[in-house]
Amino acid sequence: MYVAVKGGETAIAHSLDLLADKRRGDRDVAEVSLDQIDQQLGLAVDRVMTEGSCYDRALAALAVKQARGDLVEAIFLLRAYRTTLPRFGASEPLDTSRMVAERRISSTFKDVPGGQVLGPTYDYTHRLLDFSLAAAAERPAAPTAPCDATSTLPRVGDILEREGMLEPAPRSMATPGAGDAQDLTRQPMVFPAARPLRLQNLARGDEGFLLALGYSTQRGYGNNHPFVGEIRFGAVPVSFVPEELGFAIEIAEIDVTECDMVNQFAGSHDVPPQFTRGYGLAFGHAERKAMAMALVDRALRAEELSEAATSPAQDEEFVLAHSDNVEASGFVQHLKLPHYVDFQSELVVVRALRAEVEARNRQATLCQAAE
Amino acid sequence: MPDIPIQEAAYNYAYLDEQTKRMIRRAILKAVAVPGYQVPFGGREMPLPYGWGTGGIQVTAAIIGRDDTLKVIDQGADDTTNAVSIRRFFARVADVATTTRTEEASVIQTRHRVPETPLKEGQILVFQVPIPEPLRMLEPRETETRTLHALSEYGVMQVSLYESIARHGRIAKTYNYPVMVNDRYIMSPSPIPKFDNPKLDRSPALQLYGAGREKRIYAVPPYTPVKSLDFDDHPFEIETWSESCALCGSRESFLDEMIVDDTGKRLFLCSDTDWCQERQGEHQGEQPQEEPAK
Repeated sequence: MYVAVKGGETAIAHSLDLLADKRRGDRDVAEVSLDQIDQQLGLAVDRVMTEGSCYDRALAALAVKQARGDLVEAIFLLRAYRTTLPRFGASEPLDTSRMVAERRISSTFKDVPGGQVLGPTYDYTHRLLDFSLAAAAERPAAPTAPCDATSTLPRVGDILEREGMLEPAPRSMATPGAGDAQDLTRQPMVFPAARPLRLQNLARGDEGFLLALGYSTQRGYGNNHPFVGEIRFGAVPVSFVPEELGFAIEIAEIDVTECDMVNQFAGSHDVPPQFTRGYGLAFGHAERKAMAMALVDRALRAEELSEAATSPAQDEEFVLAHSDNVEASGFVQHLKLPHYVDFQSELVVVRALRAEVEARNRQATLCQAAE
Repeated sequence: MPDIPIQEAAYNYAYLDEQTKRMIRRAILKAVAVPGYQVPFGGREMPLPYGWGTGGIQVTAAIIGRDDTLKVIDQGADDTTNAVSIRRFFARVADVATTTRTEEASVIQTRHRVPETPLKEGQILVFQVPIPEPLRMLEPRETETRTLHALSEYGVMQVSLYESIARHGRIAKTYNYPVMVNDRYIMSPSPIPKFDNPKLDRSPALQLYGAGREKRIYAVPPYTPVKSLDFDDHPFEIETWSESCALCGSRESFLDEMIVDDTGKRLFLCSDTDWCQERQGEHQGEQPQEEPAK
């Protein structure tokens, strides 16, 4: 029998063994630990937590290890674990003005209250391979200045808003009661989607996809003239109201990256010209993701702001239906599954159609010969 | 870093938590009550990839119990890689008996085929559906297609079939051939070959369709009329073969074609492996028929 093309139980078991073997690699090389991944590949862990929508560094590091560094696969692993977890409830909205910022910059003002804090970033590096990293060595600790964790860090957007230059935060976002927003991991997306739902989708969305869409708006496909009002990264407390207590308690502190994009807006029939907002938020340190998300968020507000929606990034159904890399990766790669039956059906009909064409051609040739 | 509590026991019976199963069962009940209507449901991430049967797996996980006997097929066969993988998944997380025999199964999860052996009352056929919306390739927008269904505004589908006739002299659609369910909703039968469409009509078994990525469930209850779309002067017809199965000699089943050597010599075999094996038991010693290279 031609089992080879179908693959039996044993073959699959062997494939799994091979994968596990490949994952371990050369046994003479030390096995990587979850701590090492967490500490030294921290940005990979951040991305897996963000798009896996589960803030747990240990689980994300495990997923990265199990996926051999394939981050989309790691995101998939984390999602498939997360989805089985019970929901205790929704936290209070994060108050990012309470962030202890490791980095915080604005590109709209030279100085802002709270100051420009550069923090750890690749922005100011030269992208020259540092060959000294090739060997393990003692690395000096960076000097740090004391920071006041109790003071709040006002948002640049709020300052502009007081002046009337920037639109107020859209109403649905200004007072989001805990648990009000639909959870799109529990209920399916419906179109048109409210902004909280869009932002959820974008926060989970593939960084590469959002980056390309955000980029396309900068190249004229739905341009919205953006400025980085502010980007900040640091730790924020998470509060939760347990039903039995009836008041909020702090249950955790998480690292997030937040981007407030400020965009030009020509004004519409009812609204005078003013700046408008695009918003991005990601777990851990992920500025590229947060900025791309903010650009796309703003682009998707086209209809709300009476702008002509003519470009892909402004097309809600196009963007939201294709942003999820776990969905996309699965469906693209399902083409590897057997399709013999459908292909057989196509063979049958294409052969019949070709036979008809050939017969017609033969007939035509005969007629010509007869003339 | 904290300890990680990961063992098999960290997952519930049949993988999904009970609240999720209840939500899926509610969606299934609604789907059964409105045959052919696509019910949105809170599809979960599954440990298998989207597009590989997550909708079917969620439906199966929501309805399966320890008394069930599960059969899983892909392309009609029990031994294809994805069928093996899904069968092993349920054997592992749901502790369920599995079988390759259509007759013995209480739940059959399938991709791309309906078994040749006629189904009976009490059996449930669970389809894996990639694109639940039959109008999707004609209208990409969900907001539009839902309106079209609500109004039974199906002209666009009739026109597409007519265009196929105008172009090819026949309806050239071969699989995922649209059907009208209970005279109300146009439904995608999933990418089964149109050969299988007649088996959906008034079937004694319950048909459940699960689309995981698109988060839709729909159903055809037992004995519901399912009509393949056609025109009076271009009636619906199914594939036929001039060959017969090289192993069991069947002339009435869907045949897969295999290229057996470098010169392109072909062999035809039943796509339904259970059907073929049952028949081989009955018809010992028929000569394999090989088709010369084309």
